[in-house]
Amino acid sequence: MTGWGRYPAVTGLEVQGEDIRRTTAGATLCRGLGRSYGDSSLIPADDSTSRRFAACTTRADRLLAFDETTGMLRAEAGLSLLEINRLFLRRGWFVPVSPGTQFVTLGGMVASDVHGKNHHIDGSFGEHVDQITLQTADGRVIVCSDQQEPELFRATIGGMGLTGHILEVQFPMRAIPSPWIFEESRRIDNLGDMVDGLKEAADRWPMTVGWVDTLARGRHLGRGILMKGRWATPDEAPAKPPPTKRRLRVPFQLPNFVLSKLSIKAFNTLYYWKHIRREKRGIAAPESFFYPLDALLDWNLIYGSRGFTQYQCVVPHTADNGPARRVLDLFRREGGCSFLCVIKDCGAEGKGMLSFLKPGMSIAVDFPIHPTRTPALVDKLNELVIAEGGRIYLTKDAFTRAEHFRAMELRLEAFNAVRQRWDPQGTLRSAQSVRMLGDTP
Amino acid sequence: MKVVVLGATKGMGRSLARLFAERGDQLFILGRDAEDIDRSARDLEIRGAPAPVGCAVCDLEDRHTFAPALEAAEKALGGLETVVVTAGRFATQEAMEEDPELAASVLTADFTGTVLFCEEARRRLLARGGGTLCAFSSVAGDRGRKPVVLYGAAKAGLSHYLEGIDHKFRAAGLKTVCIKPGFVKTGMTAGLKPPPFAGEPDQVARAVLRAIDRGRPVIYTPGIWRWVMLIIRNLPRAVMRRIGF
Repeated sequence: MTGWGRYPAVTGLEVQGEDIRRTTAGATLCRGLGRSYGDSSLIPADDSTSRRFAACTTRADRLLAFDETTGMLRAEAGLSLLEINRLFLRRGWFVPVSPGTQFVTLGGMVASDVHGKNHHIDGSFGEHVDQITLQTADGRVIVCSDQQEPELFRATIGGMGLTGHILEVQFPMRAIPSPWIFEESRRIDNLGDMVDGLKEAADRWPMTVGWVDTLARGRHLGRGILMKGRWATPDEAPAKPPPTKRRLRVPFQLPNFVLSKLSIKAFNTLYYWKHIRREKRGIAAPESFFYPLDALLDWNLIYGSRGFTQYQCVVPHTADNGPARRVLDLFRREGGCSFLCVIKDCGAEGKGMLSFLKPGMSIAVDFPIHPTRTPALVDKLNELVIAEGGRIYLTKDAFTRAEHFRAMELRLEAFNAVRQRWDPQGTLRSAQSVRMLGDTP
Repeated sequence: MKVVVLGATKGMGRSLARLFAERGDQLFILGRDAEDIDRSARDLEIRGAPAPVGCAVCDLEDRHTFAPALEAAEKALGGLETVVVTAGRFATQEAMEEDPELAASVLTADFTGTVLFCEEARRRLLARGGGTLCAFSSVAGDRGRKPVVLYGAAKAGLSHYLEGIDHKFRAAGLKTVCIKPGFVKTGMTAGLKPPPFAGEPDQVARAVLRAIDRGRPVIYTPGIWRWVMLIIRNLPRAVMRRIGF
């Protein structure tokens, strides 16, 4: 069993079935499509005497109720965003918040409290969740919401699946004027302009994100491409719904040398200069706007046998962009080079007790794993993030030390107290919760 | 099209029912667990089946449920054009050798139950001038094989029955479609190690829908199993006795 980064790997039993309540009963942890990068969806390594197993929810994917007037949707936790989009885009509905991949389940979207390009306005997915049905460690089925068991509700949003097994999720879909996106993108010279661009666009554009060339340095530090989007109006949009594109698949694990510093550098430079015109605008399919990487299936195999990780943190925003600049600068100085680096201005902190984002700038970098250099790099980044008053995203993490996480996450104690109340035996755990949230192995 | 599906809550049946729903066919679903079929009925409505999608309890191990369930379906749909049986039971050969009760229940559901259900459906379809009857047999019924002796025997009987009624009643307007899935990754086969060319339920469902629309008497799915089984059927006994397949 591995996450999307293919590191770490644990050996363990995984069960699946259509009956979500029965499948998840007695499970140590639920997992959906396994798109969290590190060990969030893995069970703690087994000593083979314990009877722990992970419950895979992807076959529990029924839609249970949909109100055509309000858009309120209730579905089983294993339903994928891919399927939601396939069924609802052409009917004029979209999820209130979408992450950067469609290969996630509703349960995973709640557990990670995912965010998207509209975070500066709409917050994370959990803000929109109306009600969650949960199977707690003792097998009880609990419905929670802002009114009912609000504490359990807030702990479950962004709670990494550790408060109970998410069985059903209810949330309102959003009506969209057309199934197409109007997109505008701009080539940006440096970090200052990038952040200014994001801030400036925040009032006028519901969706924004920046891509950064991590190898640019000095006065070019933070250069990249700023992307802004909104749903196209019916008269702008093509008459036909967006076509379903054929996806290519990486056929096998590529050798490690394919993704070297040199090829990453070449990719970054090309990607930057491909945007030769300073500004582009036009109609785009939602699939290419929201999920550009989904076009290539199994793209994690590009990183080879090493596997890869993503470091995503949020740091406060200051007028001189000091914190974001220091994170990018440290990453580059320490020899980090990232295929993809994404920067985004964030809105208010979510209601989830352990939700990741808070106001500031979020920075995410992907890089192949090196057995000694990567943990050292993550340590240094974490020390900086703690000093800046930021925090990291559990869903992406595979290397953070428990003491570092405790230093950046003052809410952890309150979160663990809620877990203790609903699961006194400490049955529900993940490899990650054992590694850094203080759970017993 | 007015379609009744027995087994629409799980695996290939669920995928197939969703394909019917998405093209707007009128559906009525049957299953063992009242709450479970009700949830699947809502799923199919949201996916495009004309509401309401009705449901009734029907258990392959209890033949007295067949007539009332089909009666309810016929009434709710205002007719009957296609009946599909995807339901069935599976247990490993080892488990059934050890537990005669389990063997009895698998043999009853997969042979006696399925055949009697098809008989009930056949009578009703013929009374309306014909239609399509589709049942899920298995590649396991094509040859006596060590890993699926009992399960394969039940499916062999079912395949023979389906071929027989196809010969007898096709001229009268009843098309019989026998589906022979190879290994498909569903809840039924969870825990078994998938062999090469294991299929996905959605892929199988698309092939089944095509076969139903065209009234094909037999299909192997995924398609490669047609060739695999052609070889297996023609292997000499002496070879079959030695290999573990």
